[in-house]
Amino acid sequence: MSAPNRKGFRPAARYSALNLVRRGISGSEWPPAWRQHPLRAGYDAVIIGAGVHGLATAYYLAANHGISNVAVLDKGYVGGGGSGRNTAIVRSNYLTPEGVRFYDRSLSLYRTMAADLNYNVMFSKRGHLTLAHNDGSLRTMRWRAEVNKVQGIDSEVIGPDDIKELVPFMDTSTQARYPVLGALYHPPGGIIRHDAVNWAYARAADSLGVHIHQNTEVTGIEVAAGKVTGVRTTQGAISTPIVVNCTAGWASTIADMVGVDLPIITHPLQAAVTEPVKMFLHAVVVSGSLHVYVSQTDRGELVFGASVDPFASYSMRGSLEFTEELAAHVLELMPAVAKMRVLRQWAGLCDMTPDYSPIMGFTPVEGFLVDVGWGTYGFKAGPVSGEAMAEAVATGRTPEIIATFDLARFAEGRLVGEKGAASVGH
Amino acid sequence: MLLVPCPWCGPRNASDLRYVGETSRRPDPASVTPAEWRAYLYDHANPAGPTTETWYCRGCRRFFVAERDTVTNVFTSSRPPGRQNPEEPR
Repeated sequence: MSAPNRKGFRPAARYSALNLVRRGISGSEWPPAWRQHPLRAGYDAVIIGAGVHGLATAYYLAANHGISNVAVLDKGYVGGGGSGRNTAIVRSNYLTPEGVRFYDRSLSLYRTMAADLNYNVMFSKRGHLTLAHNDGSLRTMRWRAEVNKVQGIDSEVIGPDDIKELVPFMDTSTQARYPVLGALYHPPGGIIRHDAVNWAYARAADSLGVHIHQNTEVTGIEVAAGKVTGVRTTQGAISTPIVVNCTAGWASTIADMVGVDLPIITHPLQAAVTEPVKMFLHAVVVSGSLHVYVSQTDRGELVFGASVDPFASYSMRGSLEFTEELAAHVLELMPAVAKMRVLRQWAGLCDMTPDYSPIMGFTPVEGFLVDVGWGTYGFKAGPVSGEAMAEAVATGRTPEIIATFDLARFAEGRLVGEKGAASVGH
Repeated sequence: MLLVPCPWCGPRNASDLRYVGETSRRPDPASVTPAEWRAYLYDHANPAGPTTETWYCRGCRRFFVAERDTVTNVFTSSRPPGRQNPEEPR
């Protein structure tokens, strides 16, 4: 795995205090963060989906491997799908050694992203608490803590007193309906501004020559003799030997175009945000039993997420049922926030796989790669996925860090079971 | 809120039911190959559009088959399992 190329990226208009003063005095406008280009007739690689995975793949292709004749296509706008709908939590305390190693690489890229990409992504290291309300969860927490420690991840099980110290507003009494027995504490975990991450990768990729085409929906993929030869879009046809499917929600639809079957079921996941208040919740709090996770943004809003809706759907409409359940569960944990008002709620699409691990790498169709099946944990894996997928495209070989996430594992019975650590819906 | 039409109980809130999944035919365990069995377990059409799926109603404790559009969440029909096609899974 090659290191992020810090020297390769020189933005046209660097964001710095000095340049801010200069532009303030001269009154000149900042150039747009990324440009619009006409569609070329051919690209070395076409990436479908301008979210964090697609943009990161494009950026690392250009920065680490010198392949910049790349197009990123999106039927909507940059970061309009899962990358702009998640709850922006980053962590690496997973359950399998493969998962832990993978997500930890992602976390380390997130930590240095603001400097690497010259963009304020507002990474905020908060500490991440996964609460256990019963013996079964506590056992899984101990298991995760040990797996994490072996991989060198800062992660430990703490008791209710320590939790109370970290989150004074939490009800850790034994009188609660679901008493808190302990928590997996993961200090490196935190939150980041997800829109800024998308924009940072878009700007960096653009400055290295990548074309970002928004409002360009892929309508078909040309395959001849088992090889990808081009892509049809609503803006015209493109010839390309490589197509990378970086979509969430529409992964099955895109894979259908080349006849690749994916073991995916698409579920909506809803989230909500409250009005902003003064900072009081420093840690990220997650409860699997109560199906909820809470964090407070730097702006002061509480951001809540839940488990996926209990049926497959592509609809992104919210439901009152979700808000009611969410409120009930949050108040179980933090009765003090009862008077806070929910500002808005939304939904994103999650491509759930049978083992709660992603599907990455090559497929039976030559030139068609997938970076899909990201369920409820795609955002936190964006940087490392981009880095690994770029390496796969550039070298034609599957990087070791994603080798266990291949599509063939389902047929060969090598599942990477992350259900105990990847989501709250179990 | 999703209203699911149970053939016996009428429209009910989705929380009164359990979503089972796309209806699919279980291959014969005696003659199936491992690849076919895994395809049965894991591969789904997952369409963005009309689909045929199985639900379980917790009210009347019965399974049924429904047709729904996964983009709009509009149900077009529901029926007891097995009535139209004897091969339909129960």
